[in-house]
Amino acid sequence: MNHLETFRVAMAAILANKMRAFLTILGIMIGVLSVILLTSLVSGLKTTITKQIAGLGSNLVIVVPGRIGGSRSPGGVQANRLTFADAINLKNKLRQDAQVCAVVQKTGTLKRLNINDKGAAIFGVQANYEKIISLKTEKGRFINEADVTSGRRVVVIGATVVKNLFGTASPLNQTIKIAGINYVVIGIAGSRGSIFGIDQDNSVLIPLTSAQKQFGITSPNTIYINALKAENVKDIQAKAKAILNKRLTEDDFSVLTQEQALSTISTVTNVLTLGLGGIAAISLIVGGIGIMNIMLVSVTERTREIGLRKALGAQTEDIRNQFLIEAVTLSGIGGIIGIVLGILLSLLINNFLQTTITWWSVLLSFGFSMIVGIVFGVAPAVRASKLDPIQALRYE
Amino acid sequence: MLLVHLSNINKIYQTSHDLKFQALKNISLSIDSGEFVAIMGPSGSGKSTLMNILGLLDKPTSGSYKLEGEDVAHLSEKVMAEIRNKKIGFVFQQFNLLNRTSILDNVTLPLIYGGIDNQERITKAKKALDQVGLSDKLENRPNQLSGGQQQRAAIARALVTDPQIILADEPTGNLDTKTGQQIMEIFRKLNNEGKTIILITHEVDIARYAKRTIRVRDGEIK
Repeated sequence: MNHLETFRVAMAAILANKMRAFLTILGIMIGVLSVILLTSLVSGLKTTITKQIAGLGSNLVIVVPGRIGGSRSPGGVQANRLTFADAINLKNKLRQDAQVCAVVQKTGTLKRLNINDKGAAIFGVQANYEKIISLKTEKGRFINEADVTSGRRVVVIGATVVKNLFGTASPLNQTIKIAGINYVVIGIAGSRGSIFGIDQDNSVLIPLTSAQKQFGITSPNTIYINALKAENVKDIQAKAKAILNKRLTEDDFSVLTQEQALSTISTVTNVLTLGLGGIAAISLIVGGIGIMNIMLVSVTERTREIGLRKALGAQTEDIRNQFLIEAVTLSGIGGIIGIVLGILLSLLINNFLQTTITWWSVLLSFGFSMIVGIVFGVAPAVRASKLDPIQALRYE
Repeated sequence: MLLVHLSNINKIYQTSHDLKFQALKNISLSIDSGEFVAIMGPSGSGKSTLMNILGLLDKPTSGSYKLEGEDVAHLSEKVMAEIRNKKIGFVFQQFNLLNRTSILDNVTLPLIYGGIDNQERITKAKKALDQVGLSDKLENRPNQLSGGQQQRAAIARALVTDPQIILADEPTGNLDTKTGQQIMEIFRKLNNEGKTIILITHEVDIARYAKRTIRVRDGEIK
């Protein structure tokens, strides 16, 4: 008996019980769909963050509190032991080769007249911030040295803040309240998009000194060091480490180049992909158990049929293949529908959150669904093929 | 021509570790090509075991079975399945038709396992259905037919491979007397056309259609 015939027999059996086939397919379909969807979400997140970090320029060295990467990361939340003195120290010692900018970050409510914008990010920055992270000021001007030295209450606002507080009105030279204190809008920052649903444009930039004074901040959240020459990046990273190490220990801070920041993001998203993909894969296995369950029921139900087929000359492997093809067809159809729906759903979600469909997740989840069909189809198929025709024909 | 030759066939079932049951005791019999033989006996006499061995569904514990001069008593499962497919046509008491497939597809089933191509399968199946008078029921499902018609379809399925032997196990057991007689007339007609038929039954009236009767009791031929 050739495989085409076996396939036809298997298909006939599937079509004879459409509802059952549909429910079995559903299990696999949901598994494949979730693998594709979750991995495309994580890949999308990675794409966005990578784009943002890459946009910072390859000359950048970033100093952040705490230890990032390495084999012995201390767990839990750590106190930020970086100080503004460290930033000034770095600035003085690296003056020949790089620009240094300390940044603080807060979340707070913005207010204009009686309109509130809750949860906006407030950045306290220095005048060179604009150049260092390649931010564009679309209208008005950016914060200058004088604003920072005298701690002026001026603000550069993001596109979302403009939309939320001003609508179509012109914001320049208007006053807004940042956490209860009045600031004058001097500029509008260029749009930076969103990362995993967090809107980067729902933010305001104020002079570092004003932020320190208003919020009583004593530690910078980030210190950006921009090398004047690209070939000096490694050198500057080493120097910055050495400078900070005089006062702090290795666990207190991390000095990352853009390349290292990208690879850290990569590590984090890989863990996310594995974790979320793994959870989704569990649902595929559950789907496989569903297939096995249905196939075992089907073998029992069709005991007489199997006995008859054997009496009429079916070989052991004909029966085995028939049931195996049935299981694999069910899981294969589930896999294909899962892929189509998974891709459609990620494209739909892409309107709100960036998703990137990866070809390997499609191949992997489909391959996995086929393997699930084979693995969970083998036991029922072997059971069917081993039935004794005499016993099977007598089965009521 | 000698078709079936059994000599000293024994069948012993090991029902538990130290309990044995001998279903067949030193059975020897010969059946010529073209015969119509009834194997008769009450239930538990071993006639079903004998049929299973004759139909190569089971192997004897000892003894020899020659089919067309070829020893078939101790073959592999694979070869037994091939011989069942090519040389033996089964007719069962329960008809054993596949309810979800048409009569035509039911009849083509043995040909599928025989590796015969689709066109030839349909031609042969139509011819076999014509022989049993079911040419107008090709596309019907078994459960749309009467018991007698279903058994005729089952006979067509047994005929379709043009086997050396037709083995009928209580073929009228599920039918009323009149329908049973009609079925037996079909067997008689087939035998007149040269088919070898072995009939297993416990009913004297049915056994009467055969030209020779072999009586089995307690695993032995009387």
